[in-house]
This record gives sequence, C-alpha cells and structure tokens, in this order.
Amino acid sequence: MGLSFKLTPRDVPSVKMQVLVPIMVTALTLLSGLAVFVAIGVDVGDAFTAYFIEPLSTLNGVAEWLLKALPLCLIALGLAVAYRANVWNIGAEGQLVMGGVFATSTMVLLQGTVHSGVLAVIMVFAGVLGGMLWAGLAAWMRTRFNANEILTTLMLVYVAQSVLQYVLVGSAASTAVLQDPNGAGFPQSATFPLEATLPLLASWMTLFEGTRLHVGIFLLFLIVPAFWVLMNKSFIGYQMRVAGLAPAAANYAGFSGKRLVWLVMLISGAMAGLAGALELVGPVGQLQDSWRPGYGFTAIIVAFLGRLNPIGIVLASLLMALLMLGGEALQLAMSLPKSVSSLFQGLLLIFLLGADVLVNYRVSKK
Amino acid sequence: MDIFLTSLIASVLLAAMPLVLAGMGELITEKAGVLNLGVEGMMLMGAVSSFAVALWSGSAWLGVLAGVCVGMLFAALFAFLVVRLLTNQVATGLALTILTTGLSALLGIKFVGQSVTGFTALPIPFLADVPVLGEVFKQSLLAYLSIALVVFLAWWLYHTPSGLLLRAVGESPNSAHAIGFDVVKVRYGATILGGALSGLAGAFISLVQFKAWQEGITGGVGWIAVALVVFATWHPSRLIFGALLFGLMRSMGFAVQAANASVQDILDHSASFASGVLGFLTNAQVLNALPYMATVVILCWISRDWQKIKLNAPASLGQPYNG
Repeated sequence: MGLSFKLTPRDVPSVKMQVLVPIMVTALTLLSGLAVFVAIGVDVGDAFTAYFIEPLSTLNGVAEWLLKALPLCLIALGLAVAYRANVWNIGAEGQLVMGGVFATSTMVLLQGTVHSGVLAVIMVFAGVLGGMLWAGLAAWMRTRFNANEILTTLMLVYVAQSVLQYVLVGSAASTAVLQDPNGAGFPQSATFPLEATLPLLASWMTLFEGTRLHVGIFLLFLIVPAFWVLMNKSFIGYQMRVAGLAPAAANYAGFSGKRLVWLVMLISGAMAGLAGALELVGPVGQLQDSWRPGYGFTAIIVAFLGRLNPIGIVLASLLMALLMLGGEALQLAMSLPKSVSSLFQGLLLIFLLGADVLVNYRVSKK
Repeated sequence: MDIFLTSLIASVLLAAMPLVLAGMGELITEKAGVLNLGVEGMMLMGAVSSFAVALWSGSAWLGVLAGVCVGMLFAALFAFLVVRLLTNQVATGLALTILTTGLSALLGIKFVGQSVTGFTALPIPFLADVPVLGEVFKQSLLAYLSIALVVFLAWWLYHTPSGLLLRAVGESPNSAHAIGFDVVKVRYGATILGGALSGLAGAFISLVQFKAWQEGITGGVGWIAVALVVFATWHPSRLIFGALLFGLMRSMGFAVQAANASVQDILDHSASFASGVLGFLTNAQVLNALPYMATVVILCWISRDWQKIKLNAPASLGQPYNG
C-alpha cells in the first residue's frame, strides 16, 4: 500500500543484520523519545540527563539499577522458555503478585516458629509456589479446555490484583487476613521482621554500604547457566523448539503437547513468583495493596529484546532496568508519569519487530 | 428493588457499549485473518485524544472524531508492521499496547481531574416513560448511532460483496489472491476499520461513561473485547449478547453501591449462611474481579469444544501472508 517493496525470505538469517539491527533500533528509540519530549515541550537536555545519566551517577544508583534488573531477568528467562514453545504467558505480573501474597502469608503463618534465617528462604519458596499455582491455572485451562492462554493469563493479572486487595483491605463482610493488626487500618501488611528479609550485601562488603542490594542477586549465577543448559543442551529444550517452530512435527515425533504446556507454564510462573517474593523479602519488605511493580509486563519486552536467549536476556534486562529507573527519575525530576518508561519500552519493541524483517528477508523493489 | 434495577440497567448499557464497539472492531479485523492484540492500547489512545479535543474545542463530537482518527492511525501502524513487514502478530499487538499505555499517560497528565460535559441523554418520547425498562431509551445520541453502526456492520459483513471478500481473505488468502483480489489492501482496510471502532469505544469511555480521563481508564475492557470475539465464536449477534452479559458483570459493583441500602436489607433479613455468601459476593474486591473471572470461566466453557472453535475461527487467523 503506497510503499512498494517486496520481501524475499533469506535462506539463512543475515549475520550482518543481526548485529546492525539492535544498534539501529536503539538509535531510532532514542530519536523518537526525543521527538516526544520536544512535542510535549519538555527540555530535552534536562530530560535526557535525568533519564540516562543521573540514575547511574552514584553507587546507590547502580545498586538500584541491578535491583531492577534482577526480577526482569528472572521473569524474562521463564517467559523465554514459554515463548520458545509457542505458549504465550503474558500474565507474569499476576504470577508475581501471587508470589508476593504467598510469601507474605507464609510470614504471617510461620513467624516466630522457625529458626531465624530460614524464614526468608521458606517465604521465597512459597512465592515460587504461588507463581506456579497462578500460571498452573492457565495451563490447566489451556490443556483441559483449550482456553487461549494469552487471554486467561492476562485476565488472571486483574484477578490477582483483586486478591491482593482482598487480603489487605478489610470490609464489613471479610477480614483482611494479611493486614497489619497494628497498622491503623492502612491496606498493607506489617513491615517484615529482620528474619523475614534477605541479608544485604552491605553487611559484609563495605563497598555496598547504604545500598539495598541483597544476596538474592547471586541467584543469577545459578539460574542463568541453568536456563542456558535447559534451552540449548537438554532434550526438553529441543522439544520446546520443535513445538514452537513446527507443532505438527512435534506431534509426529510423539512429543506431548499438553505436558509441554504444563512444563513451560509452571517454569515461567515459578520464575515470576520467585521475582515477586525476592522483591518483598529484598528491597520492599512489606506487602501493600498498591504494589504494582510492572516487572511482569516489562519482562515480556526483555524476553523479545534478548531474542529468547539467556545471555541476550541478561543484557536486555540491564537495558530495560535502566529505562525503568530513568522513568522513575524523570517522574521525580519533572513530574512526568512513571509510565513514560513504558512508552520507551513499547517503541523499542516495535522498532525491533519491524527491523527484524531485515534479518529474515531480503528487501527489493517491486 | 426498583432503584436497584433502574441503576443496574443504566450502568449495564454504559458498560456494554465500549465492549460492543471494540469487540465488533476486533471481530472484523480477525475475520480478515489479522489478530490485533492492541485493542486496549487503541482504546486508551482514543479515550485520551477524544477527551483532549472535547475539552479544548468544547465539542464532544469533534472529540469523538479525534478518537476515531487516532484509533485508525495506530491500527494503520499495526497493519503496516504485521501485514507489510510480516512481524509476529502477538508480539506486535503487545508492543502496541505497552507503547500506548505510556503515551496515553504522558499525553493525558494535564487532563487528570478535569471533566467534560460530554454527551447528554436524549430520551425517546413515550418509550423512556416506561418504568424501569424505560432506562434503555434514555441514552446519548452517540449511543443510538453506535448501536445502529454495529447493526449495520453485522449486516454488511454477511450480506454484501465487500463483506464476503473480507471474510474470504481471512479464510484463504491464497485463493482470494488467485482470483485477483488484493489481500494486503483488504487486511489493511479491516485492521484500520477495527482501529476506528476501538477509538470510538475509547471515546465512549472518556466522554460518556466517565466524562473524565485517568491513566489506564479502560481497565482491561480492550482485552475483554478480544475475549468476547472468541466467546461469540466470531458471530456478531453473539458478540452483542456477550457484551451485555459482561456489561452486567462490570456494572454489578456500581449498582450494588448505588443501591447499598437494599442489599443491606437483604443481609439483615436472611439466614447467617446465606448472608455470609451474599456478603462475600457483594464484597467490593470480589465484584471488581467478577468480569475478569467470568471472562476466564466463559472462555473455558466456549473453548472446550475444539472442533467448534476451529470450524468458526477464520482459517488464516494470525498467519502472515507474503503477497
């Protein structure tokens, strides 16, 4: 329509374009971000300094950057596994919230009965379970009733947010089970006691004094390699790729589609629940009804930007964490809404999807 | 109970209109073989731009026009990516929604807390005087026109050559191409028409339903509209029925609050178990979650018969076509 060009599929993806596209996409995103700031009359220099420079200019800023990259990376790894198998879990945000609810419930139940130092770990495991439960619901509905998982996982995000409200906000007919009894009726849990939080790096590395960085970050050294092996070296990973690329061939080879859906859903739910629990036992330390970290949605972009590949996802989560951090800085500095960062994230993904045509197709005149 | 029913009927229609419009738009888009998951995003952009223009020009109609145009613009962007550049439709739709969530929040920051006159109710003589049910005939002119538009589109899709062409492209793009039709052009058209309806649905939310703007004002209505298309197994008449059903669930909360006294009355006069159940069901959080839970349950119910879905879904839905 109007633009006359023809796309011819390449035999193999272009290596040159695979390198060029991310650079092009980043440049295009920055340029259009610039255009938006000019259009709404924001000082471009100030906005860009506030967005990209200031957040990383202090050690605390760097720590906050890593703290944001951690959940993004964890969730995106799980999502990448699902997307590779053509299972579209887009409700990680809900699974994350349930992770937080489960972790907090565990604290309320077990506080004072277990050895200190163990409680936080149990809470993290409970969070993983919560995420798996929420994703498992969607897996059950997909395998038992064929219900489209894009819609069920997303609808369950809204339901999870209502659950969060339900357990924290009291009403005439129900008691808010997780609400702080000494909290003057505020819709939040009690502040987590010391044994329900993870140790800070600052406690034995003076370099990190004053930052909120916690030991949870070390999980990445375990989880990233594990996912690399799972995706690239295991038989399950092979089944996922076949199911994603050629569902008919997967059926022919006798791979069970249903088992695969369950598996990838539970893995992605577990990672989202883990991220939610870590967020609470780490930097947040309290469950609030307004808890909407947004990591679950941003991680979708991280997964694509990292090309569904563990190493790529680590890098993409760092970039996206910077965009989120910048969004918050901009909110403070220039009272722009925090969701500005989702504008940048959306632009980045749209440019990436559009530019990927150059990797897989040869463009010629009609 | 009269007050309860009257306010319930009024809010059901208000809540159902955006669903009907956006759902019809998505239905037409999908009938041409394109799965646009950006409905929620196009609605947000329609809502913020129509509110801005209505506020600035003082004319609600100009606002509606702006909402429709902006919806078309973003649908055209989406169509260029998926129809012309053959990008993954699921990922592109998500990207569109994420982008517009941020953009609409940024553009709308100045309008939070402001209000517009919007549209005033235009009661139809005599019919509007009927007790309780008369509420149906006290809508805005925009609502009457929207209903007419949806009915016309439903007729158009099945009873005109161009409607047939659109459906043929969705069933078998290769055959449509072989007999000389331009698949790309039809898919562009269907997607942009879908965007226009989503934009209109957004305008309805900000100018008629709430007469205000706030970040994320659509609250998942766009996603429910996508689910409604599956619920309706791609049939317009079932879509309208489904929208009313979901409108009912979305408005339970409003209606219960509006008629709180009568519910309290029931609570006081019923046995403790029943009042416990009713208390749970009328809990604000449960009511808020109701439309989403219902969407999930009904989606399962409809989808359980895989043959029926396969038979009704456009055969090329979601698949790129490189012409």
